[in-house]
Amino acid sequence: MGDGRRPRSFYALSAVFALFVAFLWGPMVAIVALSFQGPEGGLVFPMRGLSLHWFEVLLSNRGSVDITGAFLRSFRLALVVMVLTVVISVMAGLAFRRVFPGSLALLYVAIASLIVPSIVVSLGIGLEFRLLDGAVKALGGEWAQGNFVTLLGTYTSGLGAHLTWTLPFGLLIMFAVFNRFDPAYEEAARDLGAGKWQTFRHVTLPIIAPFLIGVAVFGFTLSWDELARSSQVMGSQNTLPMQLAALTTTVTTPEIYALATLTTGASLCLVAVLLVVAWALRRRQGE
Amino acid sequence: MTDTATSGARATPARARSGRRSLGATAEAFLLALPMWVVFAAFFLLPLAVTVTVSFWEFTQYSIEPAFIFRNYTDLFDGCVEDLPYLCTTLKTYLSTLKFCAAVWLATLVLGFTIAYFLAFHVRTLPVQVTFFLICTIPFWTSIVIRMIAWIPLLGRNGLVNAALQGAGITETPLEWLLYSDFAVILALTHLYTLFMVVPIFNSMMRIDRALIEAAADAGASGWQTLTNVVIPLARPGILIGSIFVVTIVMGDFLTIGIMGGQQIASVGKTIQTQIQYLQFPLAAANAVLLLVAVMLAISALLRMVDIRREL
Repeated sequence: MGDGRRPRSFYALSAVFALFVAFLWGPMVAIVALSFQGPEGGLVFPMRGLSLHWFEVLLSNRGSVDITGAFLRSFRLALVVMVLTVVISVMAGLAFRRVFPGSLALLYVAIASLIVPSIVVSLGIGLEFRLLDGAVKALGGEWAQGNFVTLLGTYTSGLGAHLTWTLPFGLLIMFAVFNRFDPAYEEAARDLGAGKWQTFRHVTLPIIAPFLIGVAVFGFTLSWDELARSSQVMGSQNTLPMQLAALTTTVTTPEIYALATLTTGASLCLVAVLLVVAWALRRRQGE
Repeated sequence: MTDTATSGARATPARARSGRRSLGATAEAFLLALPMWVVFAAFFLLPLAVTVTVSFWEFTQYSIEPAFIFRNYTDLFDGCVEDLPYLCTTLKTYLSTLKFCAAVWLATLVLGFTIAYFLAFHVRTLPVQVTFFLICTIPFWTSIVIRMIAWIPLLGRNGLVNAALQGAGITETPLEWLLYSDFAVILALTHLYTLFMVVPIFNSMMRIDRALIEAAADAGASGWQTLTNVVIPLARPGILIGSIFVVTIVMGDFLTIGIMGGQQIASVGKTIQTQIQYLQFPLAAANAVLLLVAVMLAISALLRMVDIRREL
């Protein structure tokens, strides 16, 4: 393997890999192309002309889709989930550098939260909030009868459901980060008289910062794309993936492809921005 | 003698201090982990407990009432034993779900292992590996729904695949089973989850000491023998992690089976979703508990299967 010549299997495997990439990209390329369909075009090839017609229909909100509200809701929720995922994962990651009471149990719970089917988690949270609503109505007296509707909502049950999905990933990334972390830097800081917070703020945090971008990307995209766990917990307001899932059965024009192209473009831009930030942070560290 | 005594005396306060410090540090670690505990307790453990509880409750058309009855469970298995060999709905649904699990597991495992092997053993430099991984992950940064509807222009009645087949004269009429079918579900699930197989297998493969493979070759093993006797056993943890992830996702899936199956194919997840829509929460909860048990059985079967293979 070390000598320059490639074995024959290399070419076979390269071909498999190329086919796999085509398999991953093919459908995406097809709908991005079709979103530029001419006004007479339909949901499938051939392209009837090339235009921005369906983007215009989508953005002017005169088509069948009102997506702006769901887009903004999902974006704000994903930002909140991202920040909380980073903060809570870093705290837990720091905690897991030593054994503490219940550390093993927390690890198992986090892994279980990844494995338990999302529909079960969603149903459970939905039921929990139903029971809480019942309790509030029973205890709240007259005021509750008149004004209280439900505790279910984007930033209560919705946020919690998303965190059960993002936090395990965040924690596992933090394990990988602290496995490679050299505590000598922190000891040096302490020897020079830095306090706990100073050590964290000026030594630990700058070293782990590039990896936190990774946690942030995971937190944002997992929430942005989350659908299965959201299904029973968002209350009356749909997130973008829920809206999209509903549209698959009702929209019969390339408008939905235009929407797909736009949302994909938006997530690619965001990931690109975060990766550039990570790269810049690493560069600064290198100097 | 005196020496030991003085060193002992000197050691005691130091040990006490370090003991106090480690006690403080343990408390600190506990507090740092607290927010994560709170989230999992409120949104994962408590909901699971509520689900198990409600699965024993009664329900009417409008409300759910606390009770301790087994009717939700007996309803699930209604006719399952008496009517054999005819399958009751629950058994049929689980068999259908298991069929998808097996097919998708096989497809993602073979494909994922091959891709991981290529990336780990044939791609020689880190930057190229990173680039190839980026190429594979970019399609994952878009919505899961969009990745599913993206198959419509390819697999639909008038889609590219049918057009190509008819153009080449292979088929005369469009193939109907390409979209909204078992095939479409398996294809879409493979498309969505192969990467979850690639990453852990790649990770274990990168940890394999390359000297072992050279040693196998020096000892006269063929490429195939090296693969089955060295690489596969050492990649086992990755294969296991990927398999658990894929199998549990497919077992609880209701979105892909719903959209790609044209809402016509039964799955356990879809049954639960339908029962929730009809507000039959205790029934849905009982189904969810059953699904949880099935998932745990599947995981323990996977763990055992891999262990047995090591013994053989």
